[in-house]
Amino acid sequence: MTGGRGTRASLAGWLFIGPAMLVLGVFFFLPTLAALLMSMTDYDLYALGDLANLRFIAFDNYTALMRDPRFWQALGNTIYFVALGVPLSIGLSLGTALLLTSRLTRWRTFFRVSLFAPVVTTLVAVALVWRYVFHTRYGLLNYGLTSAGFEPIDWLGDPHWAMPSIVLLAVWKGFGYNMIIFIAALHSIPQELYEAARMDGASRWQQFRHVTLPSLAPTLLLVGILTMAGYFQVFSEPYMMTEGGPLQSTMSVLYFMYEEGFKWWNLGRASAVAFVLFLIIFALTLLQVRISRRYASAT
Amino acid sequence: MQRRRFLQSTLALGALASGCSKDRGREELTFWSIGREADRIGTLFQEFERRNPGIRINLEKLPWTAAHQKLLTAFAGNSLPDVFQLGNTWLPEFVELGALAPLDPYIARSSAIKHDDYFPGIWNTNVMREQVYGLPWYVDTRLLFYRKDLLAQAGFAAPPTTWGEWSTMLGAIKQLVGKDQYSIILPLNEFEPMLNLAIQQPDPLLRDGDRYGNFRSAGFRQTMQFYHECFVNRWAPTMTNTQVSNVWDEFGNGLFSFYISGPWNIVEFQKRLPVRLKDAWMTAPMPGPTGPGASIAGGSSLVLSRDAVQREAAWKLIEFFSTPEIQIEYHALTGNMPPRRSSWSNELSADIYSQAFRTQLERVRSTPKVPEWERIATEVRISSEQVAVANKDVAIACTELDQRVDAILEKRRSVLAKRGQS
Repeated sequence: MTGGRGTRASLAGWLFIGPAMLVLGVFFFLPTLAALLMSMTDYDLYALGDLANLRFIAFDNYTALMRDPRFWQALGNTIYFVALGVPLSIGLSLGTALLLTSRLTRWRTFFRVSLFAPVVTTLVAVALVWRYVFHTRYGLLNYGLTSAGFEPIDWLGDPHWAMPSIVLLAVWKGFGYNMIIFIAALHSIPQELYEAARMDGASRWQQFRHVTLPSLAPTLLLVGILTMAGYFQVFSEPYMMTEGGPLQSTMSVLYFMYEEGFKWWNLGRASAVAFVLFLIIFALTLLQVRISRRYASAT
Repeated sequence: MQRRRFLQSTLALGALASGCSKDRGREELTFWSIGREADRIGTLFQEFERRNPGIRINLEKLPWTAAHQKLLTAFAGNSLPDVFQLGNTWLPEFVELGALAPLDPYIARSSAIKHDDYFPGIWNTNVMREQVYGLPWYVDTRLLFYRKDLLAQAGFAAPPTTWGEWSTMLGAIKQLVGKDQYSIILPLNEFEPMLNLAIQQPDPLLRDGDRYGNFRSAGFRQTMQFYHECFVNRWAPTMTNTQVSNVWDEFGNGLFSFYISGPWNIVEFQKRLPVRLKDAWMTAPMPGPTGPGASIAGGSSLVLSRDAVQREAAWKLIEFFSTPEIQIEYHALTGNMPPRRSSWSNELSADIYSQAFRTQLERVRSTPKVPEWERIATEVRISSEQVAVANKDVAIACTELDQRVDAILEKRRSVLAKRGQS
């Protein structure tokens, strides 16, 4: 009776994953479903006071978002942040990881710890320091600029410079995490590959291009997806540094959602923003997986 | 044995958490206060408990940054305290939610509360739908802090009383201090400075029973124009508060000579300015478009939760804090200004820095009493920033502001319409 054993085995399987599924269902799927429903209502302060004031408005929240220039600006700002920040962050992580795994580097542990330190520091404390670094009159950056004979820059006050400043802070704060992942991945590349490459007369660049990079491909994909998803949810940096200003130039999608939801209590509209953001991140992740699959099958 | 003890202590904890338990025959009253003041007024709570031996106060302190969230969440979870402090711009919201009990019946039979004794603008912030929902605890309003010495150097002996005079002084000071320094600071991340100017106009900020924005009015446009001039002429820097980093130092450095701020800064300036500038600054009532101007009626009120279990005890606490005797003491402990005229002690009235506030308090006005007000004020800030930083046309900025505010008030209009039908 193979069938019976199969049923019993699958029952056992269900029993094993049952608790996890239950927890996921109650604490993840149900709230998500509730949020989806809420995004089709105009749940706000008036509805909180008296549920009779709740209106079911289907997709009006979504169409209103599509018509709201401030939402588009927030989306544009976020994409700008991701497009500038993710390559910078990954590049810097990979660069420092390569330097730290090089045999020529001394005091490796010291550097590894100090480069990783920003990751585990609270952003609130860090933001306070960076606000001084960016300070127009007394800041370190402008001190450097004016000493070198340049005009000082109003880093956080100029709408053109505010976002790059936030990117700088975010990259500095976060690159250590990916750096550790890259260091681990670099250590797992067999030395024989490099030896073989050297015997074939490969230059350092060729070794990097044809040995290191392909071996790192799965790690790069993972780091890419995680970093991008994280950067799309940028919130605390503008919250601490600029409050979304100047002229809304550092208002991110998540900040927009926070204001709608927790500041103005328009929970219906805020849920709609959350779903739009979810769809965007989901689509981009799919795209990234597809591209890397094609890349993997091509090599 | 051990298990039983554990059970007992859990039960005791549960009884404590339920709040309304009688502690040796005493009523327990929960009171939430906001900000750091509560730390300094412990003696007043002791005094209250001494006078009312049957009542014990269970005090919880909230920081300002988290208070609004916490109160709303508590409302949603049916766990609001019996009495609490509420920033008076939040009152309309909590009245709309139905979270507060009207105080009129209590006030009517109280001999201690005298409506006429309160500054009218402050009292007014607590009145909605012709009922009183809170009693002012302390008042905040903003007015001019200015550098007497720099003003004198620029050739003026007295602070301005009209916008016209003010403009002349702003221009003269700018000429005196040069390119890298300014006459006034209007921090771009705060809506208060702009609103302080806008509230001085006779035109109301919202129209039609607070159903639509009224920012196209001639008065508001004139205010926006004045605000614009401050930046176009470089009288004010395009800076936020966080960019200034230390307002007191920069006031001392002469980065700006005029600063619109509240009573809490009297102590700060006394403490933080260098000794040589000890007598170099002063406070003055707000100049208005054509004469002495109004300012915003700010501050905090004490309110009674609709679900309060200990209503009588709760009212006793509110009444206690509303007597001049306690308000004088409260001011001495916190520096916050009292809302009743008779609570202004001789000592306070004689303080040269507080006198301007005493004058200004007679001329304070309430901002529109709608739950959406803080959001509307934020929209005003965004529009004024566009005018100040991006040089946006004033008329266009005002029209767009009206459109955005009308959209925000859409829900309010529909709720009011429904309420009107039923």
